[in-house]
Amino acid sequence: MAEETTGRAPEAGAGAPAQGPGQGSGQGPVQGSGSGGPGGGERRPGGKPGGPGGRGKFFRRKKVCKFCTEKIDAIPYRDVRLLQQFVAERGKIVPRRLTGVCTTHQRRLTRAIKQARNIALLPFATHH
Amino acid sequence: MSRLYEVMFIIRPDVADEEVDKLIAGFTTSVTNGGGVVKTTEKMGRRKLAYLVRKFADGNYVLLTLEANGAVVAELERRLRVSEPVIKFITVRIDEEEKRLAKIKALRGTRRKLSAEQPAAPAAAPPAAAPATAPAEAAEAVQASA
Repeated sequence: MAEETTGRAPEAGAGAPAQGPGQGSGQGPVQGSGSGGPGGGERRPGGKPGGPGGRGKFFRRKKVCKFCTEKIDAIPYRDVRLLQQFVAERGKIVPRRLTGVCTTHQRRLTRAIKQARNIALLPFATHH
Repeated sequence: MSRLYEVMFIIRPDVADEEVDKLIAGFTTSVTNGGGVVKTTEKMGRRKLAYLVRKFADGNYVLLTLEANGAVVAELERRLRVSEPVIKFITVRIDEEEKRLAKIKALRGTRRKLSAEQPAAPAAAPPAAAPATAPAEAAEAVQASA
């Protein structure tokens, strides 16, 4: 997750002030500083800065699916590092509206994460 | 009807290495006795478990790839369940996945051939290498033609 922050931070700086309030539902607290909320919060701004910015208009920036762009075909449950990018701190699977993964890959990813959880490669839930 | 399966299991950390080898040998013989083929055996070594399993915090991971029919796999699973040093196992069927991947690779190979007129088939490369080779080859082709 740390790696994503560094890549996205400049975009976050540029995009966030332009988009401002009211960008979609339930994502207000996550915006801005690029220090992530639970998983993927830092990916939010960027993309279409100064877009509609209208409240109540669900204008999602066209987030790209990481698997589609990098042409990763298989998502094996053994690849813990890859899977961990899509798992939040408490061990929950991050929704695709935060990570931008497309549906097919999200389904495969979920399957892989659940398999990894079963074989103790990923936790079911982490207590702090 | 032979299918490809991948079995990963965890052996408790307090068994000796030769015990581990003996266990794996026992499982592989049970597969071959049933008429299956063990393709690969990989000892992934000791890893920290994400949660406590039977009060253990780490374990020896072993990965087997086999080609067998369902009865053989059921027998292997039964043995894994019964065997005391094995604390967790998972069996995944991977032949459909392999078929799909092979199809994609083949498709990518033909597509690249048509567009770039490359003589060598890049389809043989594993999917991990394909994204790396694709831009390299595309760049090469552009340079060659330009």
